[in-house]
Parts: sequence; C-alpha cells; structure tokens
Amino acid sequence: MSIIKNPFNNPDSPDNQIISRVGRRFFLRSAGLTAVTGAFILGACQDHDMEPDATVDLGSGDIGILNYAYALEQLEAAFYTQVIDMAYSGMTAEERRMLTDIRDHEIIHREFLKAALGTSAIPGLEVNFSSINFNDRASVLGTARVLEDTGVAAYNGAGKYLQDVQFLLVAGKIVSVEARHAAAIRDLLQPRSRYFAGDDVVDANGLDVAKEPAMILADAQPFIETRITANNLPK
Amino acid sequence: MNLFKIIDDLQQIDGEAIDRLEHASRRSFISNLGKLGTKAAAVAAPIAVASVFNKATAQSAMAVEVLKFALTLEYLEAEFYTMGLNRSGLIPANRRDMFDQIRKHEVAHVKLLEGALGLTANQNKPNFNFSAAGIDPFASYENFVFLAHAFEDLGVRAYKGQAGNLINDDAILETALRIHSVEARHAAVVRRELSDLRNDPNIKAWITNAEGSPAPIYAGEDNTTHAGVNIMGIAGKSKEAVTEAFDEPLTKEAVLAIAGPFIVM
Repeated sequence: MSIIKNPFNNPDSPDNQIISRVGRRFFLRSAGLTAVTGAFILGACQDHDMEPDATVDLGSGDIGILNYAYALEQLEAAFYTQVIDMAYSGMTAEERRMLTDIRDHEIIHREFLKAALGTSAIPGLEVNFSSINFNDRASVLGTARVLEDTGVAAYNGAGKYLQDVQFLLVAGKIVSVEARHAAAIRDLLQPRSRYFAGDDVVDANGLDVAKEPAMILADAQPFIETRITANNLPK
Repeated sequence: MNLFKIIDDLQQIDGEAIDRLEHASRRSFISNLGKLGTKAAAVAAPIAVASVFNKATAQSAMAVEVLKFALTLEYLEAEFYTMGLNRSGLIPANRRDMFDQIRKHEVAHVKLLEGALGLTANQNKPNFNFSAAGIDPFASYENFVFLAHAFEDLGVRAYKGQAGNLINDDAILETALRIHSVEARHAAVVRRELSDLRNDPNIKAWITNAEGSPAPIYAGEDNTTHAGVNIMGIAGKSKEAVTEAFDEPLTKEAVLAIAGPFIVM
C-alpha cells in the first residue's frame, strides 16, 4: 500500500508527478492483474494511513461488534464489486441483476456502518481474493454462498453482545437481508431444491448457524490480508 | 445456548412453576389472540404470568410472552405448509422438496417453542381459516405461493420486532435470531418463485421500497433511517437499493392485526 500512497505526498513536485504516474500505472496494472492473480488492494485509494504490518483492533463493547460487522461488510462489498467489474463468462441477465443488487446492498451496509461508527471506525481493510477465479461461475457463486452464510452466522452469533437496543435492531435489519442473499445465491446454485435453507446450515431444530466472532474471523482470514484482532470484543 | 434454561431455572426455584406456566400461557394466549377475549381476561392473564415468575426475573417473563407470540405464528405456518403439501395436485412435483423443507423447519420451530414453554404437542394450537383474506390458497398453486410469501415476510418482521424484548435474555435472543434468518431464507426463495409465476422481475428475493401485497405487511419497509443515521443517497445508491438493504420490524400488535383474521378459536 505504501508504494501507491507515498508518491501522492507532494503531488506538486515534478519528481513526484512522475512517480505519481508510475504509481498510478503500477496500481492500475496491479488491479488489472486481478484477472490472473485475484489479488486486489481494497484500501489503496482510501484516506487511511496504515502500516503494512499494522494489526487492526476492532475495539470493545458495541463499537467492537459494529467494527466486526463493518469488517465483514467491507469484505463482501469488495468481493461483489470485483464480481461485477469482471463478470464471468456466461453471466445471465438475471444473475447480473441479482449480483449487482447484492453488491449495492453490501456497499450500503458498509457505508452505513462507517457512518454510524464515525471516528471509531476501523480503516479500510486489504483483501485477498487470490483463491477465487472470477471468470468461473462456480468459483464466484460458491464464494458468494460462503460469504453470505458466514455473514448470517456472524450476525446471529454477535447479536447477544450488543447492549444498545438500537444497534441490536439494526443488526436484525441487516441479517435478514444477508439471509435473503444466501438463499437467493443457493437458489441459483441448486434451483428450487432444499438447498436455499439446506440441512448443512439449518439444524434439526430449524435453527440457522450462529458463530462466535473468533470463529468467523478465522473463516474469513484467508480473504483478508490485514491482520485483525478481536481480543477486546465482548465474550 | 439453551432455550430450555429458563424452564430449568424456574424448576429450581419452584417445582410447580411449569404447571402454572402452562395454565397461564393458555389464558394469556386466548386473551391475546382470540378476538373474543374479554377485557377482564386480558387484564388477568399478565397477572397470572407474573405470578408464575414471582421469583424469577422480569426479563424472563417478557421472554415467555415473546415465545408464545412466536409459537402462534409458527403454528400458522406449520399448518399452512402441511395442508398445502397434503392437497393432491396443488404443488408441482419439482417444487415439493422446496416446500417440504420449509414445512420441516416450521414444524421444528413449533416443537422447539412448545418445549421451551412446557407445552404438550399442539396444546396451544388455534384453528385456522387460511381463506380469511378472500383468497383460497389451496385452490391454485399461485394462490398458495402468494400466501406463503406473505406469511414468510410477516414472520421475518415479527421476529425482528421482538429482538429488543430479548436483549437481556442472551440464550433466547440467539435462538430467536437463528429462527429469524431461517424465515428470511424461506421468504427469499418463495418470493423468487412468485416472481417466476407472475413473470414479474420486480418481485425480488428482497423487499424494494414498501412494495408488496398485502400492503400492511410491507408498510414502513421504505424507511431509510437506522440507529439515527439517514442513509438516503448513501454511496450514490438509489432509494430502491437503500431500502432493499434493510428489512424493517413490525410490532406484535401490527402482526396480530394482520394474522388475526386467519385465526378462528
């Protein structure tokens, strides 16, 4: 990230203008490479200065839980942005409509949480999608399913830690939309079967998955370059 | 997380609590849902419930009210899908798995909630008239899917509206959230089915603005202020997208006003 950001420190200097152009080209080339490598630097164009090795602390209490949600929404929004920017071959009109809708919902969740958190918000996270083949429908929809099911399990497991009833309500407003996404993606994968709410996610008591933040972050870590600590979250 | 903890706690406090809870919950149930409930019964029931919990916490008493309310909606859904699947020729063969999965979940929710409330099977189940809205859901597949999507979207709003009442009962809150997201999964796939049947791409898995029928089930879904933050126009997104991104709650009173006509004591 520093390679890209530092050239802009003094944009008026002629040397830096050259470096700046190089930096931009490097960035664009890097972004272009995503088609091959899948790597994408989410925070590159954002304002937050962050040491490459810095660990992001989600914080404690309700703020910590909201930052936890903000981290997951950043991940989802970055994923679907890339899905639409690099649409896999054979994407149907219906799939494009759905995935564009979901991208917009996740961006709205991300920006809402950022606004609600204000100065307590964690910085933009660096994501790593190198394991995803964005040109392959199965890879994209399979990842989407995992991310949506993970989002549902995360909100279901975190609700009990919220102290402010307004924040609990907001979490409830978001989680059911994540569940709608999960079901819709699953319905694309195995149309009108049992899979939209399959026995892999809904148990014999008819209950969806709920997971603790530490488990969720371990699941999400392969997609997140930035190191995150949830040590101060409520337990 | 154990939904039954509340009952265990009560038994430790008072061995007779369960018997009195069953009695109280039935009376409260009738006063809440039976249009015939007298004012006297409506006043008496909360006192009876309170007496059951005279040594327990106020939060637990509130949680029991939430569970009874949820059970009513689950009874309605479970019976609706069971009847639909039993009606020969109503549901196409290649859609039976989807609806059987939903039925299975609603039946499981009924059992779970009955167990938590110390009720025997179908002890509090009312009789239902699914044609109360003037549409016979068993007369055509489209009618059935239409009513299914209405019940599911209503269920999502009902559970969401009760989350705040469970904020001090962590185990029950988490269980309720885990039911809530299952209802949302149901809603999404049934809405997609309705969209296909009506050839209407504007019916999506998610709710746009306050669009939908019956209108009372979707009233207020176009809200754009959450936790005091108005997000209209956020990130340059349309109002459609902004309202789709958040589902809205309904109060118990609003839910019962909608569901009430389907319940015949």
